[in-house]
Amino acid sequence: MNKDLLVYIVVASIKIFLVFSAVQIMIISMIWLERKIMAHMQVRLGPMRVGPHGLLQPIADGIKLLFKEDIIPQKANKLLFLLAPVMTLVPALITFAVIPFGDKVKILGHSVNLVITDINVGFLYIFAVSSLGIYGIVMAGWASNNKYSLLGGIRSSAQMISYELPLGLSLIGVVMLTSSLSLVDVVNAQAKLWNIIIQPIGFFVYATSAIAEVNRCPFDLPEAESELVAGYHTEYSSMKFAMFFMAEYANMITVSAIAVTFFLGGWHGPFLPPVVWFMLKLSACLFFFIWIRSTYPRLRYDQLMHFSWKFLLPLSLFNILITGLIMVLKG
Amino acid sequence: MIQYLPILILFIIAAGFAITNIGLSAVLGRRKPTAEKLSPYECGIDPVGTARERFSVKFYLIAMIFVIFDIEVVFLYPWAVAFKELKLFGFIEMLIFVGILLVCYLYIWKRGGLEWD
Repeated sequence: MNKDLLVYIVVASIKIFLVFSAVQIMIISMIWLERKIMAHMQVRLGPMRVGPHGLLQPIADGIKLLFKEDIIPQKANKLLFLLAPVMTLVPALITFAVIPFGDKVKILGHSVNLVITDINVGFLYIFAVSSLGIYGIVMAGWASNNKYSLLGGIRSSAQMISYELPLGLSLIGVVMLTSSLSLVDVVNAQAKLWNIIIQPIGFFVYATSAIAEVNRCPFDLPEAESELVAGYHTEYSSMKFAMFFMAEYANMITVSAIAVTFFLGGWHGPFLPPVVWFMLKLSACLFFFIWIRSTYPRLRYDQLMHFSWKFLLPLSLFNILITGLIMVLKG
Repeated sequence: MIQYLPILILFIIAAGFAITNIGLSAVLGRRKPTAEKLSPYECGIDPVGTARERFSVKFYLIAMIFVIFDIEVVFLYPWAVAFKELKLFGFIEMLIFVGILLVCYLYIWKRGGLEWD
């Protein structure tokens, strides 16, 4: 018994180490890729100086930010000001714990499931943890004691809670089809047919609200630099500033991974190994984020709120009813 | 409960990473605070008033409506998991539940709770 426990903890720690490093590497490469892809879409070159084709740019940026002066405004609430970036980054990094990134593999006689942990409420875990990120943003906005930060923080929280509803509702159709909240079961159920084909409305609602949920263009109102300087992170400098961006990229990776798990068949795919398929689908989703950012202009705040409350919310409810009706009719 | 242990380990690693980042920048970064540097940023002019102002009640309203609908979503999760067993009974039950909420939703819409101007 004790030996089994030890083996379990060691295997889990190795998986955690691998996933954590993979997410870090993905964040670093996303910073470079985003600048590079956007530059090429706008017929520019992007970063070229540091390393071949600017490949070392994110590392140079990181080192620069590490040595920058760490300014805490005099009137700021120090404790919350320090805690806010941590509160934003940590939930973004730990959501990955329940995402299955590959099939079962045999290593040294042990059957290892390629997911950090398969809990039976994985779906609830994702939503519980990812909504914690809002606290960090509200705390950052309030603790800075700056009008721009406060407005950015409040705007951001209103936007994130508004889009969390359709986000949660859009996945219910998939849960109805799978009859399980475990993400491993969701992926296994898609061996023959991806959910995007059965749940096109659900995928549309999910994709739209996921972009809004991570505050990306065209829903990047909290950071609307033309009106709010930089929103909730106006007063932040040095590594704390970098942490908000790391959280943004980590959140992008997480919502993309959820999209892959729930709608795009997870790691299922022909010929290539499962992990490669998972990474390919994940990269495609991340490219989609960058593509959208360089295509669409920013929305106005009232349009943003109306779109969520008056269009996406009824549409996601409609999707649930249609799914239920078809399932009842089919027996 | 054993399968929650990896989440705890991951949480400790992530929190450690975040705190190390803040600690490193506090140690490595130079520190030369001046009064101007430490004042709230307001595009270069002296800050006017305080940031602890009252703001639009709209945001509060949105938060309240969110709580109502979020509870609805929470009720839908167990229903969705058991839907294959509940069949028609579950479907009609949920029609009634969502119907009641829909009345509430239309009321909010009609009273202008979702307007933003």
